[in-house]
Amino acid sequence: MSSATFRIWRGNVEGGKFHDFSTEVSEGMVVLDAVRRIQAEKANDLACRWNCKAGKCGSCSAEVNGMPRLMCMCRMSDLPLDRPITVEPIKAFPIIKDLTTDISWNYVAKKKIRKFKPRAPDHDDGTWNMVQDDVDRVQEFRKCIECFLCQNVCHVLREHDLHDDFIGPRLFVYSAALEMHPLDTEDRLEDLKKAQGIGYCNITKCCTKVCPEDITITDNAIIPLKERVVDRFYDPLAMFLRRFRRKKPDKGVGENTK
Amino acid sequence: MPTTEIPIQKTGFGRTMRRDAWWWQPLVVFLGLTSFIVYSTWAAFQGVHYTSGPYLSPFYSPEIFGSSPHALMGPKPEIWPSWLPFSPALLILWAPAGFRMTCYYYRGAYYKAFWADPPACAVSEPRKKYLGENSLPLILQNIHRYFLYVALIFIVLLGMDAVKGFWFADEETGKGSFGIGIGSLVLVINVVLLGGYTFGCHSFRHLVGGVRDRLSRSSRPRQCVFDCVSCLNRGHMRFAWMSLFWVGFTDVYVRLCSMGIWTDFRIF
Repeated sequence: MSSATFRIWRGNVEGGKFHDFSTEVSEGMVVLDAVRRIQAEKANDLACRWNCKAGKCGSCSAEVNGMPRLMCMCRMSDLPLDRPITVEPIKAFPIIKDLTTDISWNYVAKKKIRKFKPRAPDHDDGTWNMVQDDVDRVQEFRKCIECFLCQNVCHVLREHDLHDDFIGPRLFVYSAALEMHPLDTEDRLEDLKKAQGIGYCNITKCCTKVCPEDITITDNAIIPLKERVVDRFYDPLAMFLRRFRRKKPDKGVGENTK
Repeated sequence: MPTTEIPIQKTGFGRTMRRDAWWWQPLVVFLGLTSFIVYSTWAAFQGVHYTSGPYLSPFYSPEIFGSSPHALMGPKPEIWPSWLPFSPALLILWAPAGFRMTCYYYRGAYYKAFWADPPACAVSEPRKKYLGENSLPLILQNIHRYFLYVALIFIVLLGMDAVKGFWFADEETGKGSFGIGIGSLVLVINVVLLGGYTFGCHSFRHLVGGVRDRLSRSSRPRQCVFDCVSCLNRGHMRFAWMSLFWVGFTDVYVRLCSMGIWTDFRIF
């Protein structure tokens, strides 16, 4: 058992400041444990969102020592205790109180993404044939727990507040899961280019770096979507060849024939 | 309960609560890329000491016009304006330079290191205005795949240079014979690393299979190629740096051998 000082940001949308709290920490504790202990012992009105405490609900997103983390997955043993540990709310979204932010923008923006539209069933009983390899590719994206750490660290949202023009890494992952799905027939490329602003992404890979589920967001979701947008809008050779491509009745979904 | 008057802020260049040495990575990228750009520009303008025996510096390959035996189309054309500096490297270096400039990995790296856009993850930027790759000039990054097509040709040409690096001319008879010098290995490693970088390109991955949602309907060889390219793509950053370093070192090796400062030892 040792003592640690936490410098926790407290306030609301009008402003706030860091407050120092000392508490006992022991082996096996994570930052969320310490914050809850502070909540129980020293600051009963400290607002903090959490749920599963197992890195699966994505509720306890915060910035610990300046880096976007899930508090429940941030081990105390990995942090230096010689200086106060700073805990702040995520910065890309409006603050509600203390460590809680209003992340509802993400759900509103998500609704604007065209929904899954499967091709006609392969069989009379309404089922399809799918090959595991094809599904595996989009399976990675389904690991997302919607903690929105990637949205928070993305400088387009965090620094430039381009929420009206850019949907952010989480929603690109969602788009990629639909767009690359072997059954999907919907076309989202024009939306991605125009309304959802994929061109704003400048591939800093910060989203990949902070993802607690280790989704390779940039390499496997955003860049492949960017390449599809290039196919459609920027590559004159691909545009020319597309004119001669024969479209099949159950067209190869996502094969630029959508 | 002590309090610290530090209001939460998002703006202000370099502002961050990060405790780690976040500046280290962009600094290394800045120094690495700057060193390479300075050296390669200097080397490209030299126009001499780019061949040594069977070796041709990758900065000068393919040598379209030039004075060495490697020149594909003979010496510098007479119509070349006298006021315009000539070097065989200046005719071809736009291609690998363009490929690296528009590479997805390098873009992310130099946006951070040279433009501080952002300087590092969760570190504030110096500018408020941001256009990204949505408008000129950065929208031109979308031509990356065209540089890829040229880069693939260069890999073939550099491979041929590496093969030629095993054929040494006899000083008396002028007849070529197989041999292995340190330079032969340097050229082979160069083309292997450049191949690893080029074939792991994100655009290449898209073109060989990523464009399809049902890759299982493609031929088995195409699926294998996609898997191999995906594998190389996972190490794209490592290949980017190793190939950058080695291509520079290969030029240094050929240059110093040509100048007589280094001796190319024959292994076989």
